[in-house]
Amino acid sequence: MKKYQCDICGWVYDPEEGVPDQNVAPGTKWEDVSDDFVCPECGVGKEDFSPVEN
Amino acid sequence: METLLKENINWVGFIDWNIRDFHSYITPRGATYNSYLIQDEKTALIDAVKAPFADNLLRNIKGLTEFEKVDFVVCNHAEPDHSGGLPRVMETLPNAKLVCTEKCLKVLERQYDTSGWLTHIVKDGDSLSLGKHTLTFIETPLLHWPESMFTYVPEAKLLFSMDAFGQHYATSNRFDDEVDLSTVMEEAKIYYANILTPFGRRVAATLEKAKTLDIEMIAPSHGLIWRSHIGTILDAYHDWATCKPEPKVLVIYDTQWDSTGLMARAIIDGASQPGVEAILLHIRQSSLTRIATEVLDSAAVAIGSSNLNQGMMPMAGALLTYLKGLNPVGKAGFAFGSYGWGKGAPEAIDQWLRDMKWDVLRDPIKVKFRPNPEDLAMCREAGELLAKKAIEIHESSVSRID
Repeated sequence: MKKYQCDICGWVYDPEEGVPDQNVAPGTKWEDVSDDFVCPECGVGKEDFSPVEN
Repeated sequence: METLLKENINWVGFIDWNIRDFHSYITPRGATYNSYLIQDEKTALIDAVKAPFADNLLRNIKGLTEFEKVDFVVCNHAEPDHSGGLPRVMETLPNAKLVCTEKCLKVLERQYDTSGWLTHIVKDGDSLSLGKHTLTFIETPLLHWPESMFTYVPEAKLLFSMDAFGQHYATSNRFDDEVDLSTVMEEAKIYYANILTPFGRRVAATLEKAKTLDIEMIAPSHGLIWRSHIGTILDAYHDWATCKPEPKVLVIYDTQWDSTGLMARAIIDGASQPGVEAILLHIRQSSLTRIATEVLDSAAVAIGSSNLNQGMMPMAGALLTYLKGLNPVGKAGFAFGSYGWGKGAPEAIDQWLRDMKWDVLRDPIKVKFRPNPEDLAMCREAGELLAKKAIEIHESSVSRID
């Protein structure tokens, strides 16, 4: 599962960890993360995230 | 006024003696917008002051060199207190290229007409030689904006840290050893509390990076330049960023007929224990700036308001909005307040504390109209609990290795 990085502040979404604070369980693919998810560090929406290519 | 930092590196900024409200941050000591000029085979200006003072900046530059000779204008941060002067600066310095990140340029484009500006885009890790001095760029997203950046000059062992390590303190002195250290540290703490509290993790990561650099001087964008007390400010930033509070209790309240006031005073009575500093603040008698500063290094905080129209008093709402945005972590506390009938303030404040993920020590203390002796005894006991918790939190944070 791919990680996704916030274009604005650099925070990385790790699907293996999820974001329990926003009800995103560990193991949730980025595509399945709800549309109203916001970056926990700077507040931008999913549209400002890009995939992390290894 | 002495402006020399190192050979061929001068402060050329502006002292704002009279500013007292810096976008709602109350500044009794005024502020400065620091800009610096490095004169080498090439000449670079570091940042541009606030718009109304651009001509003062230009006059300072003229006192050191000709406008045609300035090759670069580095923009470390797009916020108007540092970028506001850019339009005037870029139109006056005919040969200057704006040096900034792609991200920063995008923000500048949303604020100014940048169409005529020559640019030299940089990114984290890039460097730009001026001759004997090399500008190296360190992106510091969310210290405190996404596009914020530091510029490090290894040959001068000088870090231009933008807003980090800054203080709002207008003085003719430029260096940390020329003023009373406790005053600079107080202003640095106020600055951290009101501007950087939300970004503790980023601050901690930046401090780690800074350890790898050879630094003899830190020149922030506001206030005094660090050269004699670098260790002191870095240690303080580390404690604030890794949430190492003092054994300190803060009680904050608003009240209509002083019933919540009586409760607050009983709580602070109980909290005033040996080994603990306890402070009581009335929300409408204190600025949000002051309250946020006291919250920064408090371990335990109680917040109270009487009911007004089924909710809390409006300035209590303002305070909680401000605190939630600053997101201070690792605090313990509880809510309290007087009510006449129905639910309202104490329950609402309690929910805010839970939303901030504080360790809520007890249910909200609610008193109907006027507290009686039993109510006040309960408040004093709750204050003792705050004191006990404050010592525990302080001691466990001190023994943590971060």
